[in-house]
Amino acid sequence: MMFGPMTAVRTAAFPMFLTALAGALPVVAAPERGAADRDHETRIQALEARLAAAESRADNRFNPAVSLVLQGGWAAFDQPAESVEWPGLPLGGEAGPHPEGLALWESELTASANIDHLFFGQATLGFHEHDGETETDVEEAFIETLALPAGLGVRMGRFYSDLGYLNGRHSHAWDFADAPMVYQALLGGQYGDDGLRATWLAPVSSVLMEVGAELFRGGAYPAGGLDGDVGAVWLGFVRLGGDLGVLHSWQLSVSHGEIDVDARAAGGHDDHDHAGPVFSGDATLSAVSAVWKTQLSKGRSWVLQAEYLYRDENGFVDLVEDSGAAQFGYDGEQDGGYIQTLYQFRPRWRAGFRYDWVGADNQLVALSNTTGEADDDVAEETGLVSAGDDPSRWALMLDWSPSEFSRLRLQYAQAEVDDRSDDQVHLQYIVTLGAHGAHRF
Amino acid sequence: MATHIDWRAWALSAGLGLLGAPLASAQLQVFACEPEWAALAQELGGEEVDVYSATHPGMDPHHVQAKPSLVARLRAADLSVCTGAGLEVGWLPLVQRRARNARVLPGAPGHFEAAAEVDLLDRPARLDRADGDLHGEGNPHVLLDPRRLEQIARSLALRLQQLDPENAHRHRARWDAFQARWREAEARWSRQSTPLRGRRAIVHHQEWVYLFDWLGIERVAALEPKPGVPPSLQHLSALAELPVADWVVVSPLDDPKAAHWLSARTGAPVVVLPHTVGALDGADDLVLLFDVVVAALLQALR
Repeated sequence: MMFGPMTAVRTAAFPMFLTALAGALPVVAAPERGAADRDHETRIQALEARLAAAESRADNRFNPAVSLVLQGGWAAFDQPAESVEWPGLPLGGEAGPHPEGLALWESELTASANIDHLFFGQATLGFHEHDGETETDVEEAFIETLALPAGLGVRMGRFYSDLGYLNGRHSHAWDFADAPMVYQALLGGQYGDDGLRATWLAPVSSVLMEVGAELFRGGAYPAGGLDGDVGAVWLGFVRLGGDLGVLHSWQLSVSHGEIDVDARAAGGHDDHDHAGPVFSGDATLSAVSAVWKTQLSKGRSWVLQAEYLYRDENGFVDLVEDSGAAQFGYDGEQDGGYIQTLYQFRPRWRAGFRYDWVGADNQLVALSNTTGEADDDVAEETGLVSAGDDPSRWALMLDWSPSEFSRLRLQYAQAEVDDRSDDQVHLQYIVTLGAHGAHRF
Repeated sequence: MATHIDWRAWALSAGLGLLGAPLASAQLQVFACEPEWAALAQELGGEEVDVYSATHPGMDPHHVQAKPSLVARLRAADLSVCTGAGLEVGWLPLVQRRARNARVLPGAPGHFEAAAEVDLLDRPARLDRADGDLHGEGNPHVLLDPRRLEQIARSLALRLQQLDPENAHRHRARWDAFQARWREAEARWSRQSTPLRGRRAIVHHQEWVYLFDWLGIERVAALEPKPGVPPSLQHLSALAELPVADWVVVSPLDDPKAAHWLSARTGAPVVVLPHTVGALDGADDLVLLFDVVVAALLQALR
């Protein structure tokens, strides 16, 4: 068996050797013969190229689908990004604006394949700049069952939670250049963690009815900064979806989660010498989402999409400064949402509008304070004091996708934070090298 | 307390009932990716099958989304009939994973790919995205060649017999009837299409390869400079310099502007051909589809 391919290579090489020999003897050949040989040679070369292409496909047939997503762009903000804070909502996780000016945004390398007849696997490595250094992190790395009976499915590893609608999608598949404010504030940009998901798809063919439960170890914002056991976070969701006629499709989802937060560090004023506020306690997270899509003729389509998220947190917030420490009893209610519409007015062009907002209603009670500063001043430094109007923003987006594999986007947004308005402009490119991406609903 | 227990018992039994519910219908549930395979499955499966078409003739099969309804339908399917060769790569793998139905996963008897049953044309010698929306396995638009369609139909008929052995004799009888009807129609199309042989066509998208292979029509060029890339003025101007073709062929999904532009410059008539069953009035089943195609090409020559 081992000699099979070798023999094949030798037989294939033999006529090539002859043609090479013929080509090396131009003096002997008459001019007409030379032309015929060249013609012959070009044809053989063409055949060889085709053979090589066919062979490379055969060799790669079992390899995973690999794709590299490159994102980058240019961002400009009226207000310096570091001066903008949302009252009562210190940012955690990966949340925050894109770097100002021209920059590489997050790039992702994804490989996925059926592992065998039982499992599918996928890994996504993310590369991004953080404080001048390039960081690589494992955004997702999971395996998923393919063939459990009765519509059951299990996924394990690291993955983005199926909470809400956008959270389960990678940022390059989002329709605007940045995450909605509520994702930034409540989910640290996007919530992904190590854990387990079980879902069940009801045997109903007229509508999609899916229920799922997720257990996570709680290593990522909005859960604790310390590794918890699997079960520090649990989430459940119900998803319904279907068609109305041949042109309209819809999906609704409701999610709810309970989180044990163990020493979560986030936000706070970083212009002071302190270790930042650390929160321990319980949190609940709820989300509802609705999506409506309409296919119009001539490659046009229309999408209406909205999500609302609500977070309730109870526990203690500790702040350590050079001069001493303070502890607060903390009861926070935060919520926000977005509503967006997209109109694909030509097959390759889309325009969109989004309105999003976020708000907090937090109670802080000083339990101890040895910093020597007034309780209110220390409380202010936690970043958890909510005041004033809820930050809000509207955005207009235009994008052009010359092919399935590239997209250029221009986005203008105006945010209102603390009665100050902030003009934000993004120019973005998203390209995919390699495997064809999936058209997710 | 009693009501509480009752409620739980109800929920438990309802849950178990749903979990264990056999897909009660006696009919074989068929999930067809495109209308042509829905039509074929219906022809060959008759009353023994319940056919759902994932796309309708007005949708471009390249740009379908993995909609919730498709997941729910594939979940219930006993057989999926798709084109394959990469045509559904944007959505079907995702729907398959989300539907978690081992009966219709690739490799299972309930997974049928039409393109795997026939020889494919247009296999690219090199794979480079700069060459447009290429399918590495070959051109997937296999429908419009009656000879290939017969091969596909024969395999699908066997598959139906394999999946539904109780009704195998019915499936066999329907296949025999279909084949007889098809052969008769094919003889008719052969007679009618004699004037089409050796003619030359400019196409919008490379989806008529198999039709032309069958009819002996030469494909001179495509309005799309590269597959999936819309026509540019520069490219069209170059096409206008070519010797005049007999037709400029478009599907009802293509924007006809480019074709009309070229037609106005060169005099080659624009002919709209149905790319699938139901794409044009009158093309309501597979036989009528080819009737419409042949008639439209002949008509435009007059």
